[in-house]
Amino acid sequence: MSPERIRSACRGALTLLLAAAIYEALARSGWFAPALMPTLEKIAATLVSVLADGSMLAHAVTTLYRVLFGFSLAILAGLPLGILMGRSRRIENFVLPLASALMPIPSLAWVPVFILWFGLGNTVSILIVFYASLFPMLLNAWAGVRAVNPLWLRAAGAMGADEQALFWKVIIPGASPFIITGLRQAFLRAWVAVVGAEMLAASDWGLGWVIFDAKEFLNADLMLASLAVIGAIGFAFERLVFGSLERVTVLRWGMVRSTKA
Amino acid sequence: MTDAVLNAADVTPHAEPRWRAIGRNVFPFLVVGAIWETVARAGLFPARLFPSLEAIAAAFWRLTLNGILPHHALDTALRLGAGFALAAIAGTIIGLLMGRLRFAEDCLLPLVSIGAPIPGLAYAPLFLLWFGLGNFSTVLLVGFVAAFPIIFNTWTGVKAVKDIWVRSAQAMGADNQRLFRYVILPGALPYILTGLRLGLAQAWRILVGVEMLAAVPWGLGWMIFGAREFLNMDVMLAGVAVIAIIGLGLEKFVFQRLENYTVVRWGMMT
Repeated sequence: MSPERIRSACRGALTLLLAAAIYEALARSGWFAPALMPTLEKIAATLVSVLADGSMLAHAVTTLYRVLFGFSLAILAGLPLGILMGRSRRIENFVLPLASALMPIPSLAWVPVFILWFGLGNTVSILIVFYASLFPMLLNAWAGVRAVNPLWLRAAGAMGADEQALFWKVIIPGASPFIITGLRQAFLRAWVAVVGAEMLAASDWGLGWVIFDAKEFLNADLMLASLAVIGAIGFAFERLVFGSLERVTVLRWGMVRSTKA
Repeated sequence: MTDAVLNAADVTPHAEPRWRAIGRNVFPFLVVGAIWETVARAGLFPARLFPSLEAIAAAFWRLTLNGILPHHALDTALRLGAGFALAAIAGTIIGLLMGRLRFAEDCLLPLVSIGAPIPGLAYAPLFLLWFGLGNFSTVLLVGFVAAFPIIFNTWTGVKAVKDIWVRSAQAMGADNQRLFRYVILPGALPYILTGLRLGLAQAWRILVGVEMLAAVPWGLGWMIFGAREFLNMDVMLAGVAVIAIIGLGLEKFVFQRLENYTVVRWGMMT
């Protein structure tokens, strides 16, 4: 590492330490109620204890189940529909106006409606996740298919590719950078939506529910501990899952260049 | 020159008459509306939970006439504006600082990267505990959440200003202030505008949810959530319709304008 980068890292670490120290000083100063502003030590102790007794794990698993279920549904529906929209004028004409009218409605606006229709619990959260992640998936798949260079299509056609080969060998790889962006955006939306949906509609499990429930009992330490878990899971998905997905597909196919040299 | 090219592209050979374009866009809604109406009238579900379009329209009309719906919508719009203004000012300043000053970048980047991946709504209970229920927390949270994309994009924009522009401006004797005003700011502006657009979209998505949680007296999110208690599905769906209209308005008149502005002025995007 160059001295420049070491200095950057030191400064970054120092800021984090400083922020933690300020927080700690405020928490210990007694200006705010300790229930509202627990010390870092207390937050860490809570985090360890909920991790150790397995309750945080159960909440995280429930949340992940909801988010992945809804997200998979959105892929199953959005990806083929988006590709069809890109291929067929008629389907595009029918779906696009509906999609552009529904898309600007924040998914959380549907929570009360879905609660009345489907009752509290898993179904509402899964459907909200589905709604939130459907549109990024759909529109990116559509844009991706339309962005495939027509020259490639004609070249492949001239070289005797049939419909099927054209689809799998040209259109899908050509659209893949968009599709992967769509997956990423869809997951980010899904992750935001699931937390909100759980706050409003979950009854006993889920990370969003934990935070909201902790508010009722003024358990700020539990809230901050769950925030840390939520942040860690979101970060892990973004970096590990989608980062490696990008590496094994589009980077390998040479569709986009790596931003990091 | 660019205008001529754009106009030429508009008058493509397969341009269709206006009424056909409108009909094409309306047709899907007619189909979906007809399906909805059939299901609603077939009595498969209780009418209270699945009101006909007529009932929804009646609720919409009633609430608009007695001024309740406009009041809710206005409060939501004001909160959105206030939160977004907060985010725009703070986000652009922080982003510019991070882009220009090495020290600020080193110090702030870790904090921003830790805060950004946590979904905005997860902070909501914390904000409610710290700052109380009501308007103040709502606006603050919306501003906080919308600031992240603005910070990231502004920072990237300043970094993306070509080194050679900066150096040539300096060689021609531009001082720091002029460099900033005439080189850095215009160079970063497309990114900043993208950031503002993303921030506003983020603010809008989060605001409705926060209104449900923060127990504000007025606001569309609260109206929908409150109507649930009384099984007023027609009121709820009318509220969702207004939310859709505001969202579409934002999309058409703000986001696309911003995008066109950057496209036309800088030719950055296609």
